[in-house]
Amino acid sequence: MDIPKDYKFTKTHEWVKVDGDVVTIGISDFAQAELGDITYLELPAVGQSINKADPLGVIESVKAASDVYSPVSGEIVEENSNVIDAPELVNSSPYDDAWLVKIRISDPSQLEELMDSGEYSKLVAESGGH
Amino acid sequence: MKRTALAEKHEQLGARMVDFAGWYMPVQYSGIIEEHKAVRTAAGLFDLGHMGQVEVTGNDALAFLNYIGSNDISGLEPGAAIYSLMLNPNGGVIDDIIIYRHPSGVGYFVVINASNTDKDVAWLQEQAAKRDDLDVNVNHISESTGMIAIQGPNAAEIVSELSSVDLSDMAHFSMRETRIAGVECLAGRTGYTGEDGWEFYFPVDQSATVWDALMAAGQDHGLKPIGLGARDTLRLEARMPLYGNEMDDETNPYDAGLGWAVKLDRDDFIGRDALVAAREKGITRRTVGFKMVERGGVPRTHYEIQVDGKPVGHVTSGTASPTLGENIGLAIIDKEYAGAGKPLDIMIRGKAVKAEQVKMPFYKRGA
Repeated sequence: MDIPKDYKFTKTHEWVKVDGDVVTIGISDFAQAELGDITYLELPAVGQSINKADPLGVIESVKAASDVYSPVSGEIVEENSNVIDAPELVNSSPYDDAWLVKIRISDPSQLEELMDSGEYSKLVAESGGH
Repeated sequence: MKRTALAEKHEQLGARMVDFAGWYMPVQYSGIIEEHKAVRTAAGLFDLGHMGQVEVTGNDALAFLNYIGSNDISGLEPGAAIYSLMLNPNGGVIDDIIIYRHPSGVGYFVVINASNTDKDVAWLQEQAAKRDDLDVNVNHISESTGMIAIQGPNAAEIVSELSSVDLSDMAHFSMRETRIAGVECLAGRTGYTGEDGWEFYFPVDQSATVWDALMAAGQDHGLKPIGLGARDTLRLEARMPLYGNEMDDETNPYDAGLGWAVKLDRDDFIGRDALVAAREKGITRRTVGFKMVERGGVPRTHYEIQVDGKPVGHVTSGTASPTLGENIGLAIIDKEYAGAGKPLDIMIRGKAVKAEQVKMPFYKRGA
């Protein structure tokens, strides 16, 4: 199970990559493996504001629909149209090609509440991942 | 959770294991889409050790199965099979079953759903006890019976390498006795995928022998182990009903699109009066197939369906079809809205997403 060192994570298996006041968000390798073949994504519109822990979008696999939750509060500044057109990117490249949205954060202190890769590795191990 | 004799094999193969009807079962190995495509283009192997089996014997076994089932088995030759429905007195479906007449001509072999095994066996035994005018024995053999299916265009080639007798000329929905890798098997030319193939029944302690032999023989023929995830997408493309989705204790076979498995023109059977009454009153619902013609998500079981803003039914099964690359589903709707080409709105997360009814099945082998 791939867990990049320089990313932060949530308990609900989203990842966050910080670049100044804009963060990039996606779902973890563990999450994509749990969901199986991804076939459809629903993401919020650019310009929309969102609160931490609110549903950020929906990911559908062949099996089921799952919510993605926002790891931070802020405004959606970009969405990845490539991944909407090719949802299978979430399976093949969860940390790179399949980023979902970029959010301009409104409360940088929220970043400290996220897990680092070590803490997230432990969570994944406890959830039955490797 | 109950484990089939092959649970360890699935773990070794890296399967994702889930609780299915109280059984510890593989939902996928390499991935649903890849497994699905393997069955459509090569071959797939399924552990069905969770499914239930009942032997019905006695001089009146035929009369008994005609009494508890919706279909007429009177013409069933030794080694032939038929699809039937066990109905309750209200005409609702207790389970859908396959009845094989044993190739020896002695007795019948009935396959029932894993999720219904306890309910079905209790029902059958209760009916057998009530009908003390009939000489019939209902013998529950699920625990001693292993079941493995091989399905796909390459299944025949793989099976021919292992079977002690030629199975290639078997008719669809027939059964023959053979040995697979030395293990005595009943081989049914049946399945739940829309492909050619067999379902093998054998002593449960021989499960690993049969599994390993088929896996080895299939190695050069693209054979892959297939989980319950792809089993569901395969059966849905082939428009095969799933108990609990397309039918249940409350749904009559006509509404479920299974009227073809009901033969009213014969002696009394359980549920017959209710179905005759339902037909006289008029059937008001129909089970239809649809595909999404607008983006907005995958249709899922229980999603509401509307036409012009008015609720007209619900989705019974839905998926992203790996073969068609489209989102498809089955739905039960008010009859007046049914018809190929007619529109439906599928309510996905509160939004109406456009769908169109299509002719069934979604997928037909050789098409």
